[in-house]
Amino acid sequence: MRNNRRGEHIIRFDSVGLRYGLGPEVLRDISFALPSGSFHFLTGSSGAGKSSLMRLMYLGLRPTRGRVVLFDKDIAMTRRYELPALRRRIGVVFQDFRLLDHLSAMDNVALPLRVRGVKESEVRKHVPELLNWVGLSEQINAKPPTLSGGQKQRVAIARAVIGRPDLLLADEPTGNVDDHIAMRLLHLFEELNRLGTTVVIATHNQFLVDRFTQYPRLHIDRGTVVEGE
Amino acid sequence: MFGRHSDLPLKGDATSRFLPWLVALMVYLSAVSLAGVFVLNGLVRSWDHDVSGTLTVQVQPVPGEAGEALTDERVRQAVELMRRTPGVLAARPLDKKQILALLEPWLGNTDVVKDLPLPRLIDVTVDPDISMELLELADRLARSVPGATLDDHRIWLSRLINLSRTTEWVAIAILVLIGCVTSATVIYATRTSMAVNRSVIEVLHLIGAHDDYIARQFADRSFALGFSGGLIGLALAVPSLTAIGWAARRIEGGFLPSLSLPVTGWVMIAMLPVIAAALAMLTARLAVHATLARMP
Repeated sequence: MRNNRRGEHIIRFDSVGLRYGLGPEVLRDISFALPSGSFHFLTGSSGAGKSSLMRLMYLGLRPTRGRVVLFDKDIAMTRRYELPALRRRIGVVFQDFRLLDHLSAMDNVALPLRVRGVKESEVRKHVPELLNWVGLSEQINAKPPTLSGGQKQRVAIARAVIGRPDLLLADEPTGNVDDHIAMRLLHLFEELNRLGTTVVIATHNQFLVDRFTQYPRLHIDRGTVVEGE
Repeated sequence: MFGRHSDLPLKGDATSRFLPWLVALMVYLSAVSLAGVFVLNGLVRSWDHDVSGTLTVQVQPVPGEAGEALTDERVRQAVELMRRTPGVLAARPLDKKQILALLEPWLGNTDVVKDLPLPRLIDVTVDPDISMELLELADRLARSVPGATLDDHRIWLSRLINLSRTTEWVAIAILVLIGCVTSATVIYATRTSMAVNRSVIEVLHLIGAHDDYIARQFADRSFALGFSGGLIGLALAVPSLTAIGWAARRIEGGFLPSLSLPVTGWVMIAMLPVIAAALAMLTARLAVHATLARMP
């Protein structure tokens, strides 16, 4: 799965613009490139366009102009049936978790494996291990509505990393937890990064960014990236 | 298909609860239409078979005291003429008892009509492979035997057969329409269900599920609903068709051929739940693919 060597660009944006419908451009002339194996914070005030940029990165939206190259594939030139294979290389922690309320924590985390057709015996082996690792071994059969905000967040993170993604995108992953758990989660992302995963964390938590000054920032302001690495 | 894993909460989906009942109705109507097609087809074949190779000669009775003997003579002449005609295999005059038996389904008790001067009939069997000039034969018969006419069943019977065939096509068109209505309903139910479960579909889509992975789950659900509805429809249709068959057998007094449903018909009707379920599954699958194709 890890085809990109450390240092090569895993994702590149060239003059990308985005507008919703006929509205104004919410993202303008976005150009940056993230090397494989890097760790970035995406910062910016609320409403600056962080979530829209994340959606473009996890292929939840198509840009209205410009070029997005992901895993050496120009998205505009990629056929629709090839996109699931690219999405499987991306782990996403959504800002609102997007857990499926009718499924248990176990089944939520198992989703990325099941869509890939991984054997059920493998699923039943790896998912409980990971849930145990994020401290949710007691909640394995619990459904999201019965979990606290922090527990939901950890289920969402477990779901994002279960498939050992090449690129991990986390949108405000520490928004619902206290600083102590936020630090633990950040260390988890660092661990994944050490194993080769490229990590992008969108946050407006200045405390967190200041604690991890060794990592470069992409700062977005009024729809455009104003500060690179 | 019935027990396969599903990530979508489709079992408790209220939007498709009406689907089995609608499919049940459609299967019921299809079963009745299909039975109609098979019965009409059998009827047409039977008429077609009866009409090919037969002609009837009718000789008007001669009034008066010597009328009976004269009529017998004319019948004999007509039989002779027909037997000499190339292509005729047999010519057999019907006696009065047989003629009265033919009238019985229409007139009931024939005691009152047996003294009436009835026309005499000659049943003529012709070789169906030989083309005969029937108009010329009718003309020759009329000139040779006074009061004799040639009755070719083909003209009126072919109109009856045409009518039956048209009705048969109408029944087939009804079956096609039922299929279209079922498909349209499945599309509506699937789209509604997709709208209700949009957030779940989006998550599956974004974590890399192929369209077919999602479509398969809707298709499985539609198959299960369609099949259960189909079984209900079949359970309602079988007693209805049996009752119609029983009533039809009671009126089979001789002038209507057998109206019973052939084994092929029963087999086709028994397959309707599977056909309805397969149609629902295929339609749902295509509808989901069409909707997902609009996602980025």
